[in-house]
Amino acid sequence: MKRTLLAACAALLTLVAPASHAALRAVACEPEWGALLRELGGDRVAVYVATTALQDPHHIQARPSLIASVRRAGLVVCTGAELEVGWLPILLRQAGNPAVQPGQPGYFEAADAVRMLEVPTRLDRADGDVHPGGNPHIQTDPRNIAAVAGALAARLARVDPANAAFYQARAADFARRWQAAITRWEAAAAPLRGLAVVVHHKAFPYLEDWLGLVEVAQLEPKPGVEPSSGHLAEVLQGLKQHPAKLVLRTPYNDARASEWLAQRAGLVAVMLPNTVGGDDRASDLFGLFDDTIDRLLKAVAQ
Amino acid sequence: MNRHTLTTAALVALVGGPALAHAAGSDDLQALRDEIAAIRHSYDARIAELEARLKQAEAHADAAGRTAARADDTARQVAARSTTRPAAANAFNPAVSLILSGTYGNFSRDPSSYRIGGFIPGGDEIGPGERGFSLAESELAISANIDPWFYGGLNLALTPENEAEVEQAFVQTTSLPHGLTLKAGRFFSGIGYLNEQHAHTWDFVDAPLAYQAFLGKQFGDDGVQLKWLAPTDLFLEFGAELGRGRNFPGSDRGINGAGAQAVFAHVGGDVGVSHSWRAGLSLLRTTPRDRAYEDVDHGVVNAVSGTSRLWIADFVWKWAPNGDATHTNAKLQGEYFRRKEDGSLVYDVDGAASEGRYASSQSGWYLQGVYQFMPRWRTGLRYDRLNSGSTHYGANAGVLDASGYDPTRLSLMVDWSPSEFSRWRVQVARDKARRDAPDTQLMLQYLMSLGAHGAHRY
Repeated sequence: MKRTLLAACAALLTLVAPASHAALRAVACEPEWGALLRELGGDRVAVYVATTALQDPHHIQARPSLIASVRRAGLVVCTGAELEVGWLPILLRQAGNPAVQPGQPGYFEAADAVRMLEVPTRLDRADGDVHPGGNPHIQTDPRNIAAVAGALAARLARVDPANAAFYQARAADFARRWQAAITRWEAAAAPLRGLAVVVHHKAFPYLEDWLGLVEVAQLEPKPGVEPSSGHLAEVLQGLKQHPAKLVLRTPYNDARASEWLAQRAGLVAVMLPNTVGGDDRASDLFGLFDDTIDRLLKAVAQ
Repeated sequence: MNRHTLTTAALVALVGGPALAHAAGSDDLQALRDEIAAIRHSYDARIAELEARLKQAEAHADAAGRTAARADDTARQVAARSTTRPAAANAFNPAVSLILSGTYGNFSRDPSSYRIGGFIPGGDEIGPGERGFSLAESELAISANIDPWFYGGLNLALTPENEAEVEQAFVQTTSLPHGLTLKAGRFFSGIGYLNEQHAHTWDFVDAPLAYQAFLGKQFGDDGVQLKWLAPTDLFLEFGAELGRGRNFPGSDRGINGAGAQAVFAHVGGDVGVSHSWRAGLSLLRTTPRDRAYEDVDHGVVNAVSGTSRLWIADFVWKWAPNGDATHTNAKLQGEYFRRKEDGSLVYDVDGAASEGRYASSQSGWYLQGVYQFMPRWRTGLRYDRLNSGSTHYGANAGVLDASGYDPTRLSLMVDWSPSEFSRWRVQVARDKARRDAPDTQLMLQYLMSLGAHGAHRY
């Protein structure tokens, strides 16, 4: 009786277990790191992406499916800088997987590899949803992607030493192609230098830093607080003194606030893909920046 | 250099042109030529000098800019370093978070007469709370990784009666292989869905009637818990607990063994990108000895001994368009309870102490839906229903009323959350827990979260 029960359990497990046998399973907290893992790992890494571009990475539910994905992961790649503080700790604690706990080689934070912007000098929740480590939306500057790629390739080689040479070769190839693309993007984006923009959420400081855009206002009264009509009126008033050309938002920001402002202040509302999957063209990292630059140029030409 | 030649040509045209037209003799002509050459020479020298100075100034400005950029970088690094540099002995302080909560209650019936009709009262924490203003449960939580192998946490509940209660105090492994997690200490049992969640994360002010009737509000125990998460795409989790069994439906027995045993299984996953779900099945077995309760009808104290088995089936389903819950989302959740108790009951422990057989088979359920219709605003509806089933009192059947009553309650709430750290809530309920005495309840509540950013369970 006991034996049949065990056999039944084993049969059930083989049924629900997936067939794929890639060497390394990786969970990416955000789509950009999933895309980077695919660039560096090719078919040697099975990538599970925990969120989509249409989801606000600040607010994700610690869903059962995510816990199950972390359970078998050999590597967890997240932005860090407390972007995932509301859900990742639960996944890590409930997954029963010692390999991917913070401090282990299987836990990778991209923010460690880049220079952080907007590191607050004052920590107070009255200032809204501020992150002690700096603004976590680092993926909008391709130079950051390059820096993370280097660190991530080294980490892949450490976690999966059997394929170390493979990862390093792919990383070198990616770095070459990426550098060429950056040169191309920077040339194309030259006319954007000094462009004044309004943003919905402070999601683009790294993009602004890279392209020389000037942020004059935010639609959120405080980071993470939804735009209110009172604050929008203030922004509208402020634009008279510091005019801007564009109002930028991510795919997960509600379009209504930026369209309201665009109509009244004569701005062009632009949805930027923000991460891989943010729109059809941003299907990989190269497409992400091709599309970002194109959308900005097109909006400026309007 | 083009500019240079042009200037010279212009000078020649201006100065030389008219002079040439009025030239009289060859000497004059020669003198004029010399003069022009001298002027040209001096201007050339002046212009060359000015250009050199301009170049120098440009170089200086560039260097200054670079120095400024470097200084800026250094300042940033210093700022980054100073924010990450630990403040000596405080650096390893655990995460501290404080939940502040307060309520205002307006009840048409005195809460001190609260009884769930047809059910033996489960502890003193049941009921809608106090009339008027009161501090609801505020809570202090402290947690941190202990070392590479353990995580630990403490939750102190601060009650309106100026008492601090240890709600949870546990250590948990982070390093066991194969999906295993071991927990020890005092913690909320993993049975059911709502049981493991702290009161401040509930969608309604109070616990479902079934939780109040079958678990005395929430079942926490001192003991150990082992959980195993299956290595599958589908979320499949199994857990077992051994505990002291001190709390209702158990009672403290002061024995070497375990007074409570629980097993549970959870399964869950996603349906597309917008839907997710979890379902569970749990069994809690306790063996109370002299579990006393106040028999309000007779003004005496009775006590139950025996075995109590509680089955719980639970499910939750959540929807958020494209998985983005920040704008709109919905949640449907329900749990079904079934309890069998078997043993003996002593009527009037301090007086008659008449012992008789006791057996009951009772059930109950609730179903609730919460809908966030716009950012910050949610509304929810909950329906509670209990079935007092059958109760046998044996020799005490003459004094104890075994007639059935099926309590119900309907609750409606609206809450507003200016940020993820603050929430204000209004709840109205029609509570028919008391036999033939419906209670209309109005509750206002605030819930504030200070300090470390807590991560919430599914």
